[in-house]
Amino acid sequence: MSSFRFDSPIPPLLYEISRTGRRAVLLPESDVPETPLPDHLVRSDADELRLPEVSEQDVVRHFTKLSHANMSIDTNFYPLGSCTMKYNPKINEAVAAHPGFAGQHPLGRVSDTQGALAVMYRLQHMLAEISGFSAVSLQPAAGAQGELTGILMIRAYHESNGDTRRTKILVPDSAHGTNPATVTMAGYETVEIPSNSRGTVDLDALRAACGDDVAGLMITNPNTAGLFEEDIVAIVDAVHECGGLVYGDGANFNAILGIVRPGDIGVDVMHFNLHKTFSTPHGGGGPGAGPVGAAPILAPYLPGPVVTRGGTDDGDYRLTMPDRSIGRLKSFHGNFGMLLRAYAYIMMHGADGLRAISENAVLNANYLRVLTERAFPVKFKRTCMHEFISVGSVYDGVSTMDVAKRLLDYGFHAPTVYFPLIVKDALMIEPTESENRETLEAFADALQAVADEAQSNPDLLHDAPHTTPLRRLDEVSAVRNLVLRYQR
Amino acid sequence: MTFRDDVKYQESHEWALKDDDLVIVGVSDYAQDSLGDVVYVELPDVGDVKKKGDSFGVVESVKAASDVYMPVSGEIIEINADLDDNPSNVNDSPFDSGWLIKIKPSDPSELSALMSAQEYKTYTEGLED
Ligand SMILES: Cc1ncc(COP(=O)(O)O)c(C=O)c1O
Repeated sequence: MSSFRFDSPIPPLLYEISRTGRRAVLLPESDVPETPLPDHLVRSDADELRLPEVSEQDVVRHFTKLSHANMSIDTNFYPLGSCTMKYNPKINEAVAAHPGFAGQHPLGRVSDTQGALAVMYRLQHMLAEISGFSAVSLQPAAGAQGELTGILMIRAYHESNGDTRRTKILVPDSAHGTNPATVTMAGYETVEIPSNSRGTVDLDALRAACGDDVAGLMITNPNTAGLFEEDIVAIVDAVHECGGLVYGDGANFNAILGIVRPGDIGVDVMHFNLHKTFSTPHGGGGPGAGPVGAAPILAPYLPGPVVTRGGTDDGDYRLTMPDRSIGRLKSFHGNFGMLLRAYAYIMMHGADGLRAISENAVLNANYLRVLTERAFPVKFKRTCMHEFISVGSVYDGVSTMDVAKRLLDYGFHAPTVYFPLIVKDALMIEPTESENRETLEAFADALQAVADEAQSNPDLLHDAPHTTPLRRLDEVSAVRNLVLRYQR
Repeated sequence: MTFRDDVKYQESHEWALKDDDLVIVGVSDYAQDSLGDVVYVELPDVGDVKKKGDSFGVVESVKAASDVYMPVSGEIIEINADLDDNPSNVNDSPFDSGWLIKIKPSDPSELSALMSAQEYKTYTEGLED
């Protein structure tokens, strides 16, 4: 008798269906002499390893079933605020899979990898051009690592000026958690700057915090409330006047492509999330990529290697370390496959196309904001940029989490919840430019239906989701009782 | 929502209670309610000396991680080690088994400068919108 449920949408683990001796591949008999591994490389716990033994068909069914149980940008609208879950064009995949790229080895000789280096060189330049910076490094593996890169560069800059009194970094209270985490990792202390009632930085509080102990500011613009920091020029000036530098968190760059260049505003260093703005996979589909752009005073500190041009016998493109580089952040050349996809995306759109992306992202967000406002009130009642914040807890006895879970039953991925922290019970909605009008309207209808149910039948929300492969997960035990690997 | 009235409060939502020559500190019922289910509490070392307003630890819930701040200056005399295994005490009993630290205050007058229960209640009502 089988102990497995074949009608379950969640397949058993490969470990559970493993049977000794079952194989997906039969290797031909070896026709070369055996060379045993050196003793110190042989695992002593080989019996403990017990990798699953399954047939090819078992593997295919397993992963196909899992993919059916999943929600993804290829299957559902995914308005996950701050994450820019836009469509990932399939041509990106075709480019990345091109044998000329896919077959490269990261240790390949410079003379043999000129094509790959040319792509990196051009991407560095295109990102610099789009953002108004003088140089870009493609090393960092994600936004958070780009932040660490930038703050370490600011630190190296102050240290090289012999300025060691500066121990603080200013961070608005609307910032993403990775900002203060970065500050701590870089050995600085976070000073939180409050937001005003309009949802943007309180300029007076910022000015009061500026002083000769401030190494810099981390600022996200548009911020996590989806609002453009209108005082950005005064903010940058205040920080510069006290001798600090400005880090731009570029996670929300999708709102301003071709419209505002952070480098022109005086931002000194910024990361790009290629996995958001430039359509590389995100949310389980990664890895990410978080290139960093820098103004002239910080460019020498960029991590390397970066690609530069100019005559060696190996070819036109070569790898160099910037003069005062903080070093490497990532093995080899960063997540090269992601760089290719972003390159394809930028080439496909061109300058006008990039601007249209942001215009449509902002238009979609504002359309959806107005459509949904009656169901769930919007926190800051003003024109937004690429995303907006609604309050999810306006109906008695129904929480933001209940609303988020119920949306799954309507076939929509839930928005980001309980972030940013400056808004109690936030629902953070970012539609992106790649959704059409019908989808936005269907989502607004679903939110209205959930709001109606919240009043007529709140238990429907408390027990949601009802139609997903797994029902409501126990988040509290999941966090209190971490199980990170399969345990027999 | 309970606003226990024999303790003092500060704006960052900690309460403080005089207990002989020590001050017991925890987070308010309002704070635990907004945080949601607490999953982890990070506390300082006994013997640490901190100033009023310094962060002394972190209370982490499924929604957010929040720093907690000293309501008065002084030395940390005792921490609630039980919260390691039972962080949910902060939710279930914020004023009793959910206490965080005991401080030997260096300036006892700081305590009287904190908000009364009534003042704190009014303050939290102002935060709702
Ligand atoms: C505003 C903001 N900053 C930084 C990050 C960190 O980026 P990453 O997830 O690529 O590390 C995010 C991610 O969502 C973000 O939304």
